[in-house]
Amino acid sequence: MFGFFRKPPQQNNSAQAAKERLQILLAHDRSDRARSDLLPLLQRDILEVVRRHMRVDSDAVEIKLERGDDMSSLEINIEVPDAQPRPAG
Amino acid sequence: MAKTIVVTSGKGGVGKTTSTAAIGAGLAKRGHKTVVIDFDVGLRNLDLIMGCERRVVFDLINVIQGDAKLNQALVKDRRLDTLSVLPTSQTRDKDALTLEGVEKVLGELKEEFDYIICDSPAGIERGAHLAMYFADEAVVVTNPEVSSVRDSDRVLGLLNSKTRRAEKGEGDPVKAHLLLTRYDTDRVSRGEMMPIDDVLEILAIPLLGIIPESPTVLRASNVGMPVVMDETSNAGKAYEDAVSRLIGEQLEMRIQPEERPSFLRRFLGRRA
Repeated sequence: MFGFFRKPPQQNNSAQAAKERLQILLAHDRSDRARSDLLPLLQRDILEVVRRHMRVDSDAVEIKLERGDDMSSLEINIEVPDAQPRPAG
Repeated sequence: MAKTIVVTSGKGGVGKTTSTAAIGAGLAKRGHKTVVIDFDVGLRNLDLIMGCERRVVFDLINVIQGDAKLNQALVKDRRLDTLSVLPTSQTRDKDALTLEGVEKVLGELKEEFDYIICDSPAGIERGAHLAMYFADEAVVVTNPEVSSVRDSDRVLGLLNSKTRRAEKGEGDPVKAHLLLTRYDTDRVSRGEMMPIDDVLEILAIPLLGIIPESPTVLRASNVGMPVVMDETSNAGKAYEDAVSRLIGEQLEMRIQPEERPSFLRRFLGRRA
């Protein structure tokens, strides 16, 4: 009956969301500062390994990073136009 | 021994220039000889906030390039005789600032003043870098908002790596203080704005002060008066507290309420 006078529940406490997003983001920002070139290096090395075995166009590589709270995932997509192994020699 | 303090933030529009003017005037009111310097070359505004825009003749760039003497470029405040403004150029660009030039000007200012307050431009480019490079202490101006907090964190990283104290490893690192501006207790209590403790937990530097969201800040800038000169302003009182802490006084942290016109004043004001 007096529910009307009560403070409505804080359905969307966006300030809490802001804090949580910042905590995750800044943990990554801070570690990236030391090694901001991680992704390009990773991309170069992976491409080099794959190229030993097959022909790959340098712009046929797509790298995606998803940063999470507990874990992050790195997704690497390499488009292989023809699966023929490189001729020996 | 003169102290050089940079007012910085990374993000624009959070209140660096307002805070520079308020802190500078607050120190000068206490009798400390203080100069505020505008490092935002090309986007000069500190003179306007300080209310001396019509008396600017020469500027920091003229001094660095040898076209004017430092004393010719310094504009003395008409209200506080311990306060001076060193404006920047409105027409040149930031490449006119050189590390050697800034060092020379700061060296000369140190002989004359107790406090040198450097108003950094937004961003982390040349102007911001040179504004912080020679600092002994930093006031990191932050709004309780995600992009501002992130940028402040980035700036704290730069203070710890790209300043003379960091590079030379002499003495203590730059002492950074957090100044939380545009704080709105009502919005915090509704869960719409990050509370002080959350911002402090994330940035992990000591709190210098909490400046409430306040209409008196705009009113002060409209007339070119540092907000601490408005005795009725809660933002001004909050800046006064921050200045006390900056000079080492132990002061309990208090949050000045926002100033909202009462219903009656709003009603009458609208009709006036």
